[in-house]
Amino acid sequence: MDIIEKLIQKARPQGKRGIAGLWTDEHKMVDAARSVRESGVKNFEAISPFPLHGIDDAMGIPFSFIPWVTFVFGILGLSFGTWFTWWASAKDWPIIIGGKPMWSLPAFVPIMFELTILFGALSSVGALIFICGLPKVDPPIIDPALSSHKFGIFVPTDSTGYNAANLEKIFRDHGAVEVKQAEF
Amino acid sequence: MIRRNPLVLGNKNYQDVTDDICSLVETVPPPQYFLGVGAALALLGIFVVVQGMIAYYGMGLMGVNHPVGWGTDIVTFVFWIGIGHAGTLISAVLFLFRQKWRTSIARTAEAMTVFAVMTAGVFPLLHTGRPWLAYWLLPYPNQRGPLWVNFRSPLVWDVFAVSTYATVSIVFWYIGMVPDLATIRDRAKNKWRQRIYGVLSLGWRGTARNWNHYEMVYMLLAGLSTPLVLSVHSIVSFDFAVASLPGWHTTIFPPYFVAGAIFSGFAMVVTLMSILRELVPVFKNYITLDHMEAMNKIIMCTGLLVGYAYGSEFFIAWYSGNAYEQFTFVNRAFGPMGWSYWIMVTCNVLIPQVFWFRWFRRNIPAMFVVSIFVNIGMWFERFVITVTSLHRDFLPANWGSWVATVFDYGAIFGSFGLFFTLFLLYLRLLPAISIAEVKTVLTVGHEGDSHGHH
Repeated sequence: MDIIEKLIQKARPQGKRGIAGLWTDEHKMVDAARSVRESGVKNFEAISPFPLHGIDDAMGIPFSFIPWVTFVFGILGLSFGTWFTWWASAKDWPIIIGGKPMWSLPAFVPIMFELTILFGALSSVGALIFICGLPKVDPPIIDPALSSHKFGIFVPTDSTGYNAANLEKIFRDHGAVEVKQAEF
Repeated sequence: MIRRNPLVLGNKNYQDVTDDICSLVETVPPPQYFLGVGAALALLGIFVVVQGMIAYYGMGLMGVNHPVGWGTDIVTFVFWIGIGHAGTLISAVLFLFRQKWRTSIARTAEAMTVFAVMTAGVFPLLHTGRPWLAYWLLPYPNQRGPLWVNFRSPLVWDVFAVSTYATVSIVFWYIGMVPDLATIRDRAKNKWRQRIYGVLSLGWRGTARNWNHYEMVYMLLAGLSTPLVLSVHSIVSFDFAVASLPGWHTTIFPPYFVAGAIFSGFAMVVTLMSILRELVPVFKNYITLDHMEAMNKIIMCTGLLVGYAYGSEFFIAWYSGNAYEQFTFVNRAFGPMGWSYWIMVTCNVLIPQVFWFRWFRRNIPAMFVVSIFVNIGMWFERFVITVTSLHRDFLPANWGSWVATVFDYGAIFGSFGLFFTLFLLYLRLLPAISIAEVKTVLTVGHEGDSHGHH
């Protein structure tokens, strides 16, 4: 038991200190996020149990770049499938089968297609895991209800424009049910 | 304005949704559940013994022989792969079409896909007769040249299609579950539950930046799964259609197989959901009669499509003017194995017609019975295609028959043990309905409510 606990402690990422506001109404939280951004604060997090509409706009989160990863790796998968079926069937050990040409492209389309999908799908998931910094070992969470029915905003102390009193006022003005110092 | 029916009944708020769905993971199951697991494990035991004996003593234990070299293993493989297709259709295709009703059934349907594909995968490996050499199916560098697999063979296409399908389905299913696993982790009172679900959740915390990428990847996976699922059963049909055997060598096979796969898969979803609603009464609020009705409409539609394919095959056999083709189809319906053809037509084309009537579409016992008939009928469809085409072809020497042995029955029924063991464990160990996604559709049907609801 002890060893596991020690390992978890060792691998646990260091959270930042900061101020957090909690909401029970997601619309008020989105409005608060917009106000926080407009007050000049950069690098803050909004936490929600499900994806919220309008939060990207409120926080100025850009369109995800992951489709480009999918596209590039999909093309790579297609190229690899094309090259490998050619190399194995026509170059490395050519064997005549059913009187077909050595490089019988139509017959290789299913392989090329499946590899396109496989590379595209796995690379997209890999990009997601990488960009979200997963896996994290037991990361600090502000409130367990943030993955159930509450919505939160967290501003770390090292954020540009951080001002605890001002932020607390913004949170309270937008109907936060709780404002507290937290680690995230 | 015509009001939509709510997708979730009982006027739930966010916390109710979390509590309802997590309760399955957090409470001790009732005794019936353990009875079910016991029954599934007993069937699984039969499956292990039967497949173990087939692996040890050889394929001679099963009914396959000259001229019918493809029997139960191939039929049941196609059956289970087909079942899997409905899960992807619900989780990916209906997602792309913005069909919000799919939300509460997508997780379980996707789980069904994963378990059905796992069950299916056993069969071709055992059918090779030497399953310990199954890795020969993959192109890997070896000391025989290296000698590569034959990429012109539909059987190799199938290896690529099914393994890609299994991989992408598992990844899609798992990524969909990550936020819900984090929910269970955050609620956990028990240290080990918190640790185990903490590992499974990858440390997900649901920040807006993460959700932004997450939603994009979810959509990309749905977009990739859609052509994938169409390709998988097309390629399974190539196993047959690329051969030059009358009854197999037809261009209608890919769409016909895909329609049949969706048909059988939705029937299995209805079977499972009918049972699930009874086992877990709280889920009746999430899997409503509207969901069941929508699925029954799809069953009827795809049932008509396969009926059209059956008719079209006969027409083309006659229209082709080819004596062998014509004989195969007359033999299929009126030959010594004609009984299997009429079981197929009755179960797949005639019985689902009751879904023209609203009462049948919304009556749980009635749709359960119909879905069982469709499951049986779709197993027989693959039997008809495989066995009746093989048992009499061009030469007198290739005329014979096929009789099931006790091992054939053991393999068929035992495979349900594997499937249901996995499925029942899933129900109690993983979130069976997408907690995060359902919360986004709570407002459907409550537009304009003046009070009380989120």
